[in-house]
Amino acid sequence: MKYIKLLLLVPFVGMLAPLPLVNRIEPYILGMPFLLFWISLWMVLSSVILYILYKLDADREGEGAE
Amino acid sequence: MSMPIIIIFSFALLAFLLGISARRGKDMDIQQFAVGNRGFGALLVFLLVAGEVYTTFTFLGGSGWAYSKGAAAFYVPAYVVLAYVLSYWLAPRIWRFAKDRGAVSQPDYFAIRYQSKAFGIIVAIVGCMALIPYITIQLKGLGIIVSEASYGVIPPALASFIGALIVMTYVIISGIHSSAWTAIIKDFLILVVAIFMGLYIPFHYYGGIQPMFEQIQAVAPEKLVLPEQGLGISWFISTVLVNAIGFYLLPQNFSVVLTANGEKSLRKNAITLPLYTLLLLFIFFIGYSAILQIPGLQEADGDLSLLRLSIQTFDPWFVGIIGAAGLLTALVPASVMIISGSVGLTKSVYMAIVPHASEKQQLVVSRVFILIMTASAFLFSIIGGNALAILNIMSYTLIVQLAPALVFGFFPNSRVNKYGAAAGILTGVLIVLWATLFDIQIADFIPSVPHAVNDINVGALALVVNIAVTLGVSFVTNLAASRGEATEAGRY
Repeated sequence: MKYIKLLLLVPFVGMLAPLPLVNRIEPYILGMPFLLFWISLWMVLSSVILYILYKLDADREGEGAE
Repeated sequence: MSMPIIIIFSFALLAFLLGISARRGKDMDIQQFAVGNRGFGALLVFLLVAGEVYTTFTFLGGSGWAYSKGAAAFYVPAYVVLAYVLSYWLAPRIWRFAKDRGAVSQPDYFAIRYQSKAFGIIVAIVGCMALIPYITIQLKGLGIIVSEASYGVIPPALASFIGALIVMTYVIISGIHSSAWTAIIKDFLILVVAIFMGLYIPFHYYGGIQPMFEQIQAVAPEKLVLPEQGLGISWFISTVLVNAIGFYLLPQNFSVVLTANGEKSLRKNAITLPLYTLLLLFIFFIGYSAILQIPGLQEADGDLSLLRLSIQTFDPWFVGIIGAAGLLTALVPASVMIISGSVGLTKSVYMAIVPHASEKQQLVVSRVFILIMTASAFLFSIIGGNALAILNIMSYTLIVQLAPALVFGFFPNSRVNKYGAAAGILTGVLIVLWATLFDIQIADFIPSVPHAVNDINVGALALVVNIAVTLGVSFVTNLAASRGEATEAGRY
C-alpha cells in the first residue's frame, strides 16, 4: 500500500506517452478531433484516479485510527 | 454612456465593494492578510486555484492560440490537469510544513526549510521575476478587454489604470480575503459566459461543434494536430511537464495552498479541479470558430479573436457582460499575485534588514510593497513592449527551477543543503535567461540534432542541469563540512 501514490504517475504517462499515436484528426469523438478528445478524456480520467486514491487514503487513515 | 460601459462599470463597482467589505469582522494581522489565517475551506481554495487558471491570459491567449497556432493550444489544459494531479502529493506537504513553522509566503517557506535568510531572498527574487510580468499581462489584458468591449470608447491605458486602482485599494484593505470574495462572482460569471459563447458561436456559424471542426479540417487541417517540428510532440510533452511542475511553485499558487484549512481540502480540490479544466474547451471552440469567421488576424492580434468575434455576433449588452467577465478574470488573479509577491518581499528582504519587526510593521511594509508592485506593473503595461512578452514566456521556465529545492526539502535524508539548492537555482535561472534572451538552441551547437530534441523546452533542460548541480554542490559542501568537523574534532 506504500506505493499507492504511484497511481499519480498514471495520468502523466497515460496522457503524454501515446501522443505520437493519438496526434490525429480522425475519428471524431463527441464532436472533437481525436487529439482534443484524447486530452479531454484524461481530464476526466485524472479526476477519477484522484478520487480512487482519495478513497484508498481515507480507508488507510481509518485503519490507522483503530 | 452606452450599455456595455454601464455594465462593465457596475461589475467593477461590485468587485470593489465586495473586495473592501471582505475584511469585515476580522482582526487584520499578517497571517490574516496573507493566508486568511489558514481558514479557507475547500470551496474557497477551489475558487482561488481555479481563478489562477482562468486569467486574462487564458481568456485572450487560450482562444488566440487556438486561432493562430491550432492544437498547440491544448498544452494549457494538459499541464493544468497534470499540475492538479501532482498537487495531490505536493500541496498537503507544503501546507503541513508551512503550518507547523508559521510560513505565510513562498520565500519564508524556503528560508525556514533551508535555515537561510539569503536563500529566502534568492527565492523572492526568482518569484518576482515570474510575478511582475504576470501582473502586467493581467493589467494589459484588462485594458484590451474593456477597451474592445466598450467599442473603443475607453482607451486601454485608462481601463488598466482604473483596474489597477481598484485591485490595489481592496487588496490593501482586505488582503487575501478580497481575492476570495471577488473570486465567487468571477467564477460564476466566467462559467456562464464561456459555456454559453463556446456553444452558441459554433452552432450559430457552423451548425455544431463537429461541423465546425470538419470545415476547418477541409481548409486548414494543420490546425487540428501538432506539427512535425517547432510546436511538435517533444515541445508539447516537455512544456507540459515543466508547467505542471512549475504551476504550484508560482508564488500566487503557493500562497493559495497556504490559505487552506487542512490537508483534506487540498486533496478534495485535486479531485474536482481537473473536471473544471474542461471549461477551457469552450474557450478553444470560440478561438477555432474565429478561424473561418474572422480570418486574417496576424500574430499578436490573434489574441483579439474572441472579442472581435463576440462583437460581430452579440448585442452590445452581452458584449458588456463579456467585458465584465474579462475585467474580473484580470482582477482576481492579479490580487493574489500582488499579495503573494508583497508578503514574500516583506518576509524575506524586509525581515532580513529588520529582523525583529513587529506584526504591525510587517503589515505596513506589505502594503507599501503592494503599492510599489501595482505601480510598477502598471508602468510596465504602458511602456514595456517586447521585453514583457519574453519575460512572460519565461515565467514557468524560471519558476520551475525552484522544484529541486522544494522536493529535496521534503526528504531531509537527501542531504541537499542550502549551498546546493541555491547553486542549482542560480544555474537553472541563468541557463533559462541566456537561452531565452539570445534565442540559443541546441541546434546552434549540434546542427545535425533531430527536431524532436531541438524543440525540447529550455526549462526542462535547465532543470536537469539544476538537479545535477544541486546534488553535486551539496555533496561537495557536505564532504568539506564533515572534513572540517573531523579536523576540528582532531584538534581537541
